[in-house]
Amino acid sequence: MNRLKRIEEAIFRIFTGLAAYSVIAILAFIICIIFMKGFNALSFEMIIHVPKGGYYYGGEGGVLNAIVGSLYIAFGATIMAVIIGVPAALYINVHLIRRKKTQNTIRYFLDALWGIPSIVYGAFGFTLMLYLGMHASLLAGIITVALLITPIMVRTFDEVLSTIPKGLHEASLALGSTKTEMAFKILFKQGFSGFITAVLLSFGRGIGDAASVLFTAGYTDLIPVNLDEPAATLPLAIFFQLSSPIPEVRDRAFAAAALLTIIILIISIGARYLSKKFSVTTIK
Amino acid sequence: MYRENIIPIPGQVQAETTPDQMLSNIIKIENLNVYAGHQHILKNINLEIPRNKVTVLLGPSGCGKTTLLKCMNRLTELYKELKVSGHIYIEDDDILNSNRNIASLRQKMGLLSQRPFPLPVSIYKNVAYGIKLKGIRDRKLIDYSVERNLREVGLWNEVKDRLNSPASGLSIGQQQRLCLARGLAVKPRIILADEPTSALDPISSKIIENLFKEMKKHYTIILVTHIMRQAVRLADHVVFMYYGEIIEQGNPKKLFKNPQTEKLRKYITEGN
Repeated sequence: MNRLKRIEEAIFRIFTGLAAYSVIAILAFIICIIFMKGFNALSFEMIIHVPKGGYYYGGEGGVLNAIVGSLYIAFGATIMAVIIGVPAALYINVHLIRRKKTQNTIRYFLDALWGIPSIVYGAFGFTLMLYLGMHASLLAGIITVALLITPIMVRTFDEVLSTIPKGLHEASLALGSTKTEMAFKILFKQGFSGFITAVLLSFGRGIGDAASVLFTAGYTDLIPVNLDEPAATLPLAIFFQLSSPIPEVRDRAFAAAALLTIIILIISIGARYLSKKFSVTTIK
Repeated sequence: MYRENIIPIPGQVQAETTPDQMLSNIIKIENLNVYAGHQHILKNINLEIPRNKVTVLLGPSGCGKTTLLKCMNRLTELYKELKVSGHIYIEDDDILNSNRNIASLRQKMGLLSQRPFPLPVSIYKNVAYGIKLKGIRDRKLIDYSVERNLREVGLWNEVKDRLNSPASGLSIGQQQRLCLARGLAVKPRIILADEPTSALDPISSKIIENLFKEMKKHYTIILVTHIMRQAVRLADHVVFMYYGEIIEQGNPKKLFKNPQTEKLRKYITEGN
């Protein structure tokens, strides 16, 4: 019996360990492939120049237009998602605290929205854009991506807020806070690490999504200086270049992919640092 | 040590008790009923709570003591399942049926819960929080009040060098005293304490108990406990509850020596 238990323990340990490490291995593998394939095309040139004539046939230039466009869209959409998402998550956890059914219905809809493929958002954004008489532009891209990432923002933040013990609600109300003061001064503070995670997830999804910006943000070799100008994005830069028959151009697609990965890593590390720094006061 | 408490802070309303009020009861509860779904948790409670005394709500777990306490500052509103009816008069204000600002009503009462819940901010800001909610912005006044209230709970010397560090870094006993100081800072008349020592070690419990003995000069304390000995040590008035009903109440010495009901007799002999 004892022997059996030991074998069971050993097998389970190996199995779970393998599963855990393979996740890391897959990530490392993906990053390796991208960097190896893109290494030849990766240069300082590509992040300081916009495409020049014949760039897509192997000519000179870079993807600064797509870097800037992607950052504009991701930041813009994240800011919009914060403006809508934070109050929504707080409302669910403050004013609906007695109404579990309503809470759960809202959460169900948000989860459904989270699951909708981004091409659907792209199509919806496209329709909305035409209806409003707009054309493919930075603003249309920002709005569409904001629609895509707001459910992520709300649910991620909500998930953390919902774990805050009732005792903390009671404590802040008993001191004479209104519900609004409790929400913004206490719950937001207590759930701050969740807020950072929400921003990070939303931003990552926003900057990496191609389908939602395909019809709405358009593509251009120029850096947009206005909200109603079209904007290039890194995922689309990868998409267009990867479908090229010319090997050098395909290499550039991998270089752009590496760049996108680096941006996401930087944002992620930065967010983690911030989250740690500001959550020292969090009550365990 | 506690003498300084009597000095009024300029700009803050100090509890002014006329001799007439001193005699009266600060809280009067009439026909209070609480239902949770079909369950009748509090059954027609009628109770008067004397001013500047320690009133102990005693009884086994699940008898409705905590619910009764939460009714007094309407924290029952946080719980979906609780339906509250009846009247609770606090200084003649019918708080359950009042249109008055609930936040300012709650500031008449300080709350101490079973486990300390410090706010997720620094030690200083924990105490300053309630003061700022009252609209006080004068930095010096807030500093003064923070120090005074931390001194009152005997925490000042332990934390004066780390006022800006997070409250979560304090020991649990210190956290509970911080919660008390934070509650006192809003100048309440009443302290609602819900088994405040249940998570604490004996030494920290002792400190809290001693604080209560001192504080009853200036505050009305309502203490929920299931510990007989704590009731004996602290109570001026004991209310024994059993399954949502008040069974017996009165002076602790008389009550414990000569219980009138079988339930209390049983609780005294077997309960501890």
